[in-house]
Amino acid sequence: MRANDGDDDRARRQLSPEETRRRVDASLRRRYRSEQLFRLYGLGSVCLGVVFLLVLFGTIIGSGYSAFRQGFVRLDVHFDADLIDPDGGRDLDVLSAADYSLLVKAALRELVPEVASRAEKRELNGLVSSGAVFELRDTVMADAQILGQTRSLWLPLSGDVDLWIKARSAGKSGEDMGGKLSANQRAWLERLQADDRIELRFNRTFFTSGDSREPELAGIWGATKGSFFMLLVTLLLSFPLGVAAAIYLEEFARRSWWVDIVEVNINNLAAVPSIVFGLLGLAVFINFFGLPRSAPLVGGLVLTLMTLPVVIIASRAAIKAVPPSVREAALGIGASQMQMVFHHVLPLALPGMLTGAIIGMARALGESAPLLMIGMVAFIVDVPGGPMSPSTALPVQIYLWADSPERAFVARTSAAIMVLLAFLLVMNASAVWLRSRFERRW
Amino acid sequence: MLIMDKAQDVVAPPADTVPAAAVPADAQRLASDTVGDVTAKDAVICVRGGNVFYGDTHALINVSLDIGRNEVIALIGPSGCGKSTFLRCLNRMNDTIESARVKGDFRLDGQDMYARDTDVVMLRARVGMVFQKPNPFPKSIYENVAYGARIHGLAANRAELDDIVYGSLERAGLVDEVKDRLDDPGTGLSGGQQQRLCIARTIAVNPEVILMDEPCSALDPIATARIEDLIDELSEKYAIAIVTHSMQQAARVSNRTAYFHLGRIIEVGPTDKIFTNPAHKLTEDYVTGRFG
Ligand SMILES: Nc1ncnc2c1ncn2[C@@H]1O[C@H](COP(=O)(O)OP(=O)(O)O)[C@@H](O)[C@H]1O
Ligand SMILES: [Mg+2]
Repeated sequence: MRANDGDDDRARRQLSPEETRRRVDASLRRRYRSEQLFRLYGLGSVCLGVVFLLVLFGTIIGSGYSAFRQGFVRLDVHFDADLIDPDGGRDLDVLSAADYSLLVKAALRELVPEVASRAEKRELNGLVSSGAVFELRDTVMADAQILGQTRSLWLPLSGDVDLWIKARSAGKSGEDMGGKLSANQRAWLERLQADDRIELRFNRTFFTSGDSREPELAGIWGATKGSFFMLLVTLLLSFPLGVAAAIYLEEFARRSWWVDIVEVNINNLAAVPSIVFGLLGLAVFINFFGLPRSAPLVGGLVLTLMTLPVVIIASRAAIKAVPPSVREAALGIGASQMQMVFHHVLPLALPGMLTGAIIGMARALGESAPLLMIGMVAFIVDVPGGPMSPSTALPVQIYLWADSPERAFVARTSAAIMVLLAFLLVMNASAVWLRSRFERRW
Repeated sequence: MLIMDKAQDVVAPPADTVPAAAVPADAQRLASDTVGDVTAKDAVICVRGGNVFYGDTHALINVSLDIGRNEVIALIGPSGCGKSTFLRCLNRMNDTIESARVKGDFRLDGQDMYARDTDVVMLRARVGMVFQKPNPFPKSIYENVAYGARIHGLAANRAELDDIVYGSLERAGLVDEVKDRLDDPGTGLSGGQQQRLCIARTIAVNPEVILMDEPCSALDPIATARIEDLIDELSEKYAIAIVTHSMQQAARVSNRTAYFHLGRIIEVGPTDKIFTNPAHKLTEDYVTGRFG
């Protein structure tokens, strides 16, 4: 029927200008409405994200900030030369082997002379952290001249006392927080406080020492260094390897079945659960190659396996994004394939590659599951000296503390999370900075 | 490497089995479907029976053409007829396209371009190319021009390199505009300047042939006129093959013209003859604007 319609009919069916405008008008309103709706959705999801982020930061900072301060007591310690160095030889071995807890006990007794029974003495001595003796020892070892003198020193209080003081200074009753403190202890502490001998000071230990069973002695530095060595190994291995693999696959490999297989495998590896890499690392690096357990080197190797696919994929995307005109220009004046890649493609792809690598590293930094498999979950007090010494990592440390029964570890867990987040922020900021630094416009 | 392997795909007779004298007779047969004289006296490039396949697409069918020294040959024809494909065969840029296969006899100064022992880097240094879209490197103007000389080791020291860069910019008619800002990025120039920079970059390695693939299609008329003047000057020293969509441009700059149609060269001849008195019906239709 239509086919029989003449051209005249068809012309008559055409819309009049007024009708066209009316229809466009109607469709325009529809378009604007859906646009507005979409914008609202977008805004809503962004707001939701921000709210979650604020809640996260709020709870972590709220429960963790108190770990950055620690209760100290000022004691007048008499460095009794007869107790510490009876021979007077100032031999370092003798100095380090002496029983410094006697000094602490003596100083406490001076402040609270009325304690008599053994039980009361134990209660009194329990106020001060067992770590105080190390501080005294270090003081003497650093300067033996101090022997025979009396010094007024700030020594850390034990974990429970610390909690009680923090609760009191925050205006809470302190009763419930200090449930573990005896009535005697509370009375003594109140007296010491009245004497201005108790203070909340910056918790340096938290940033300078390794893990400990005593919350007031536990620090993040061991785990931080472990994480640092691990990331160093990961970066040094995964970036060059990943970039080289990406360049080979993008620029040199000819399409063939085995390149396809490699490609599929790389994409699949990027999606493999990280704990599987831990098992692989255990089987290969520790059981087969006999590398030590708990070493950041092994952790770094495992994280390299995990990060490599991410780096390769990001690097390939960055190489693909280099405009073909640049390649043609280079080849057109007689650059070899190699020169084209290294003089032109690589410099242009580098920002993207770096971003990919840093994001991969950030993921590796937060990874704990594979590290559990290779023994980095062990309780390690010493701060690692290098990639071969046993150590733990920040996320594993967080896991260990979160699992500890002592209440004082609750705040420290959150504080450790803050340190980890700060690390991540620094890494991401450096990714942004590197990007803008190397980015060239063309 | 990729490029070197490619040469093996090409079935070209080894250079020594085809006597030079046999080529023209052979050529007459191969080029029988082309109207006009495909040969040029003192030919620097000599193509006989060239075929290009992109996968199953037969993009260039049995083409034969010579390019003489000091001549400017214009390649014209409707879009998709294989002009770029032909041009890219002459410096083996098709090697970079994985699906492309090239067959036939392509010679530069009598030497088989696709022979196993031909170095593609050397070939591209001798046959330079200017692309449709200006594509300076995202580097300084100086580095753009110096790059070719650097990678080919043409300059022994900085002074020689400076000479090459200034000389090339001079010949490309760009030196007055950029001599005070050689360290500025080449990508910051105007389109026409960028294209002249690309020409300077190409002539900095002293090629024998310059291939230009629609070098003015992205430029305004004034920039185009400058490039056309430049082509005129360059033709004294180089053989130039230029693809163009503008008949006026072909008429202005070229001595000879080849008309491409659906992968074949339909007609070759002196430019004025092609435009005023074409022999083939298809050529006539195209140059009179009846189609294309
Ligand atoms: N990289 C490629 N892959 C597949 N086909 C191509 C490719 N480049 C060109 N072709 C095809 O080859 C034919 C000739 O193209 P081209 O030489 O670019 O034409 P022209 O430059 O004359 O416009 C066209 O049909 C085009 O579709
Ligand atoms: Mg083209």
